[in-house]
Amino acid sequence: MPGPAGVVQMDKASYEQICRILGEKRSFLQGDVACAYGALLAGCDFFAGYPITPATETAETLARLMPRLGGAFVQMEDEIASIAAVIGASWAGSRSLTATSGPGFSLMQENIGYACMSETPCVIVNVQRSGPSTGQPTEPAQGDMMQTRWGSHGDYEIIALAPNSVQECLDMTLLAFNLAEEYRNPVVVLTDGEVGHMREKVILPEYDEIAFTARRQPTVAPADYLPFQSVDESLVPPMATFGTAYRTYVTGLTHKESGLPTTDDAVAHTRLITRLVEKITRHRVELTRVEEQFLDDAEVAVIVYGITSRVALNAVRTLRQQGVKAGYLRLIGIWPFPEEKVRQLGERVSRIIVPEMNLGQLVHRIRELVPDSCQVSALPSIGGRVHLPAEISSALMTDRKSPEPEGQHHV
Amino acid sequence: MRTEIQIAGFGGQGIVLAGVILGEAAILDGQNAVQTQSYGPESRGGAARSDIIISRTEIDYPKVLQADLLVALSQPAFDKYLSGAGEGTLVIVDRELVPSQKGAHLAISFSLMAENLGRRVVANSVMLGFITAVSGIVSSSAMEQSLSRNVPPKTVELNLRAFAEGWSAGKEHVDAWTCRGGANG
Amino acid sequence: MFNKALNIHKYLRRDMYPSIFCVGCGIGSVLNHTLRAVDELKMDMDKSVFVSGIGCSSRLPGYIDGNGLHTTHGRAIAFATGVKLANPELNVIIFTGDGDCAAIGGNHLIHAARRNLNLTVIEMNNFNYGMTGGQTSPTTPLGSNTTTSPYGNFEEPFDLADLVVGAGATFVARWPLGYPYETIACIKKGIAHQGFSFIEILIPCPTGYTDKNDLKSNKEIWEWYRGNTILRSKYKLLNEQEQDQNHKLVIGELRNVQRKEYTTEWAKLVNRLRDEQDRVDDS
Repeated sequence: MPGPAGVVQMDKASYEQICRILGEKRSFLQGDVACAYGALLAGCDFFAGYPITPATETAETLARLMPRLGGAFVQMEDEIASIAAVIGASWAGSRSLTATSGPGFSLMQENIGYACMSETPCVIVNVQRSGPSTGQPTEPAQGDMMQTRWGSHGDYEIIALAPNSVQECLDMTLLAFNLAEEYRNPVVVLTDGEVGHMREKVILPEYDEIAFTARRQPTVAPADYLPFQSVDESLVPPMATFGTAYRTYVTGLTHKESGLPTTDDAVAHTRLITRLVEKITRHRVELTRVEEQFLDDAEVAVIVYGITSRVALNAVRTLRQQGVKAGYLRLIGIWPFPEEKVRQLGERVSRIIVPEMNLGQLVHRIRELVPDSCQVSALPSIGGRVHLPAEISSALMTDRKSPEPEGQHHV
Repeated sequence: MRTEIQIAGFGGQGIVLAGVILGEAAILDGQNAVQTQSYGPESRGGAARSDIIISRTEIDYPKVLQADLLVALSQPAFDKYLSGAGEGTLVIVDRELVPSQKGAHLAISFSLMAENLGRRVVANSVMLGFITAVSGIVSSSAMEQSLSRNVPPKTVELNLRAFAEGWSAGKEHVDAWTCRGGANG
Repeated sequence: MFNKALNIHKYLRRDMYPSIFCVGCGIGSVLNHTLRAVDELKMDMDKSVFVSGIGCSSRLPGYIDGNGLHTTHGRAIAFATGVKLANPELNVIIFTGDGDCAAIGGNHLIHAARRNLNLTVIEMNNFNYGMTGGQTSPTTPLGSNTTTSPYGNFEEPFDLADLVVGAGATFVARWPLGYPYETIACIKKGIAHQGFSFIEILIPCPTGYTDKNDLKSNKEIWEWYRGNTILRSKYKLLNEQEQDQNHKLVIGELRNVQRKEYTTEWAKLVNRLRDEQDRVDDS
């Protein structure tokens, strides 16, 4: 395992030890459990969390496995404390994780902003449930897409990934740790109650299939090290951890490259925040992850993500069998938004349907990007009900000139 | 080819576990499987449901559209889910637990058979043995392996016996059907 | 008793000065006492992390040439919990204030005490929210004037030492500013203690609190402390009825016991599971 004083490339022995603890290479797991497995295979050695439906299985799995791998697991007194501990652990050299759902995710927002401001790598799994407030605790939703992007105050960027299967819960959580280190930023894995509780086949990746992004360490002498100074085009500064000769001061206040606060300097603030935003947006293309099917000759298309994508793919396949030129674009990386892919699709098709398990969130972002010649329609389903394939196929078939049926939610 | 199975009953009957065992067996057989459950306050004593999709190819839509097989282990579950059954749905009920069986194709004494084995809680394993035999969607060896992993270690032997009982009963039905010329005979 | 030869500046980040603290504020003295304790313990500053939340006292880590984690309001102990669990080798000291740790962060305070995690909390109690301009805090004495208790505070204050004793803290002490030898010795003990240590230091806040409450000079403040605190040794001599009626803050070392410490117990669990795994692998 990576030692407490610094993260190193995972060695083969560690990988084998993790696999031994995880058991068989091929198993039938819940999405929440797969997130825990993905974290461990990413070298995660710290988890702090608080029980909440439908995310608790991630914590339960890591409570069982983490001490067997020499990592740390702690059940905190609330979600605010959980994300706080996760950030603290990251500065002490851990690859750290928390998992939660809507109400807990709301509580974490202030400290997620702190993680962005302090450029702290960490991973948050948000198993979305129906809200607002306590809502429908056991029902899936996709209601936190915008909260993930804008939930904390001020200007910042976040990285978010939306798996649509149990295997992807593992793969995306694993990837999230690498992205967190690469960009020194919190990464959110946005699953939902359906994917989180669903059981499917999971195959553990082989050693050489696993990328491992180690934390970039400073190369200069401690006296010359500026923990918040970008040293190259990536705009991501090397990060020393606590316990080394690179004594570091971290604050959520606007700070200089040294880390020391400067709170009334507009220039310094602008420089810092612009860099924090640009270090993500500059890498939008590298961070774009989509799945494209049937797009070459598509006349109409769906843009979907998460569990809903599987309904949409079923619908599109059915339509294709009927000769309808329907296409499918799945967003895997949600934030930063895959603008170019959406823009290109909007230029090629006349109509885009956006089925979401909310009353219309990403549909707005999509509308901003496509030309007027492309009609974009929301297709909401809330209350915990996953769309039916027929709903999506009939929405795709609806003549764009006909008015929307009465009672349908307009967004 | 996609097979959709719905197992329904009341909370505490091990409905979810039955789905997990079936799904995991399909994986052991080299197939794909998705198991979901209706999960909520109703899962304590109310209607509980476990949906399993099994396919040799990729499974996109993860939920049941129209079950190929519906197993109801309680009257409320039968009443609730029968309406979702279609022409192609084989409906199996527990003979004793579902007294009003109109619409069911087969009524089998899963729980009575389990009681005869000494433990009513293994009714699920009897049921799994039965549907394994009648549906043929998973191999009985994979089912035995999956069952052994998913039930408490001390109860493995009893559950395997229950499974075997159910399987034999199912086999008899299949043989009888075959003689009569199919499920509609 | 002071190490007069100590050049305290070697522990400070010079480029942070002048400090933000007002004239007459007690926070600087607490920094001085802490650094003297750190020096006497020969702590490795590379391996030391000073964690804080929000408020005047939470600015202290910025002045120390060590690792500093200046976090969000109330959450210092929760952040520190992550630091310590991730690397138990680190010395983790938390600077906090009465508002930061007893109001918005009260939940984290009691749970850290309950876990008996090896952290040292140095809480500076100035009876008000100083940074925001002198509002009522959970420790503001009854009847005191603050900007949000303009007619006198009528909420009963917390006795934070009592609170953390109740929550399970294993080292608890309280000193008013003005007992430097005792305070330095006490911070040393707190840092060396294996478990959750809580040290409350009563400090003046001329801008936010003391001036508004007719404590306009060091002498008056000192006399207030004298009149409103009682040494633990004297408190123990009181009979039961007198103890019940005591409204003074008890000062001194209030608790010093040993109980299972979190990181030690966790390490034992990890070792036990590793041994079990080794046996499985061998067989």
